[in-house]
Amino acid sequence: MEDTPMEILTAIKRVPETGAKVSLTDDKQAIDTTSLGFTFSPHEECAVEEGVQLVEEHGGNVTILTLGAEDATEQLRSAIAMGADNGILLDGGDEEWGPVGTASAIADAVEEGDTNFDLLLFGNESADTANHQIGVRVAEQLDLPCITGIKDLDIADGIATAKRDVPGGSEVYEIDLPAVITVKEGLNEPRYPSMRAKMQARKASVDQQSPAPHEEGLELVELEVPETDDSPAEILGESPEAAEDVVDVLEELEVV
Amino acid sequence: MVLTLVEHDDGDVDDVSLQALALARDVADQTGESLDAVAFGPEADAVAEQIGAHGVQTLRVVDDDALADYAPEAYGRAVVQCAEELGTEAVIAPGTDRGAETLSHAAAKLDEPMAAEVTEVAVGEAYELTRQRWGGTLIEHSKLTADTNLLTVAANEVSAAETGGDAAAVEAFAPDVDESDLRVQLTEVEESDIEGVPLGEARVVVSGGRGTDGDFSELEALVERVPNAALGSSRAAVNEGWRPHDDQIGQTGAKIAPEIYIPCGISGAVQHMVGCKGAENILAVNTDPEAAIIQKADYAVIADLHEVAPAIAEELEARGHAE
Ligand SMILES: Cc1cc2nc3c(=O)[nH]c(=O)nc-3n(C[C@H](O)[C@H](O)[C@H](O)COP(=O)(O)OP(=O)(O)OC[C@H]3O[C@@H](n4cnc5c(N)ncnc54)[C@H](O)[C@@H]3O)c2cc1C
Repeated sequence: MEDTPMEILTAIKRVPETGAKVSLTDDKQAIDTTSLGFTFSPHEECAVEEGVQLVEEHGGNVTILTLGAEDATEQLRSAIAMGADNGILLDGGDEEWGPVGTASAIADAVEEGDTNFDLLLFGNESADTANHQIGVRVAEQLDLPCITGIKDLDIADGIATAKRDVPGGSEVYEIDLPAVITVKEGLNEPRYPSMRAKMQARKASVDQQSPAPHEEGLELVELEVPETDDSPAEILGESPEAAEDVVDVLEELEVV
Repeated sequence: MVLTLVEHDDGDVDDVSLQALALARDVADQTGESLDAVAFGPEADAVAEQIGAHGVQTLRVVDDDALADYAPEAYGRAVVQCAEELGTEAVIAPGTDRGAETLSHAAAKLDEPMAAEVTEVAVGEAYELTRQRWGGTLIEHSKLTADTNLLTVAANEVSAAETGGDAAAVEAFAPDVDESDLRVQLTEVEESDIEGVPLGEARVVVSGGRGTDGDFSELEALVERVPNAALGSSRAAVNEGWRPHDDQIGQTGAKIAPEIYIPCGISGAVQHMVGCKGAENILAVNTDPEAAIIQKADYAVIADLHEVAPAIAEELEARGHAE
């Protein structure tokens, strides 16, 4: 049977690329990003890759959406370089938006836009704030079915078969499209964009919109870096001869 | 009243739900309210007995054929109706896939905020919360102001504690579920075909990162020499296609709690470390004495993993710790 092209929306979020140590701004309201690069979450990379693969298979378009400051256009273009077609920036300014406002801004943009999306793909939770609810809230506002935490997805004849991991196996769900699906890393192997794709992504069209803020109910007071035990390690050696001491440790712990 | 969503497998209550009950009991004690629970499916008596011992007074049981298989939106609707009928001030769910999903639906239907990954609550004029960001790399202090306070409890961060109470009273609760709430329903459970000791249960986890340069053979051989050991990896190794994602340890991978964790050729990025913070001991093998992992480890060997791993395997054999 002939495939119908799919319109897919994938939502991503710009987050700092933290390394081995995280430090905060003086007012403790955010991560100090002065010497950090930015990225989007691995879950969302998989969401973008899945969208692109589905369109390669069925035909159609992938639109990438982000809510954030204007800088987030950089992440939109990175996602477009992975094979998406165009982008939407919901310009939320420099303030951090909470989950209620974020979800309603995204759902409003979908409702007010001209495209009827068959599938809305999200990361299961954002890497930074980990609110775990954006996809579900968007689905509720748009009255669409939704399943979260997906690590395997197959679409045929307008039905999505989605699996998520549980200890010892996976749960299988069947959902009629249009639908909202939130995914986890492991769903696929996101591609590295080519230089050429990156160049082209610079020219892709990005639609800019200004969403209305929303009453949140959950208000950040301050952030804290948890204490870690940074006492230096006992150095067992600097050559393979240290193996003797390693086995001593294993024997002491009674694991061998 | 504080209402807690309890998950169970044929009457066997899941650990994260018991942890959620501990936090919920703390909230109930602070507000002077009673602690109740809601659970789906049969085996109510077994559930009531276990959660009674964790301080629950009454268990509301939804035992409805239409909800026999997990259906996130319908479960969310049922939780909303139960909370509304009881005039609940807080609904607390375990921070599992199902807990977060069900409570998100409830929050959206109630048009209330929801706080995820909470570890502490101080009840004042608002709920003053401590919750995790970045998989626990950062702690957030925030204020939740709502008519019904909805929160999920971060998995394995709060200790479950028995109070020794009697079985909870059981009351049936029959929600009025809409056909449209059943659009997404569990259709099947598949068993995994992965062999060996699961990462989450291993007593020893040896793992490799970008420093392996793609050659995991020595680490594999070492794991085979140690009973109850499993092989893990960093995200860099997965990204390179050297290991399957199921092996990945970290924020977007597995969370492990072995007696000893042996990361080889892994630098110790915060997103990796949140996956192994449950490890009792860390023994790092790295060529770089300045690598962050050395600060975070209890023991370290500063050398090439391709030489150290075979040497450890040989030493194990020499001391009679054969396969
Ligand atoms: C939102 C987000 C989520 C993430 N989630 C995860 C996650 O779940 N898990 C995860 O692991 N990462 C995660 N990351 C990635 C993480 O930030 C790091 O990039 C990653 O952990 C680095 O992997 P690595 O330590 O193997 O590689 P590198 O950082 O490249 O380190 C390689 C190390 O190997 C050492 N080395 C080199 N050769 C040898 C040798 N022959 N013998 C011994 N040592 C040697 C080097 O000194 C170095 O320390 C995430 C990142 C983001 C942004």
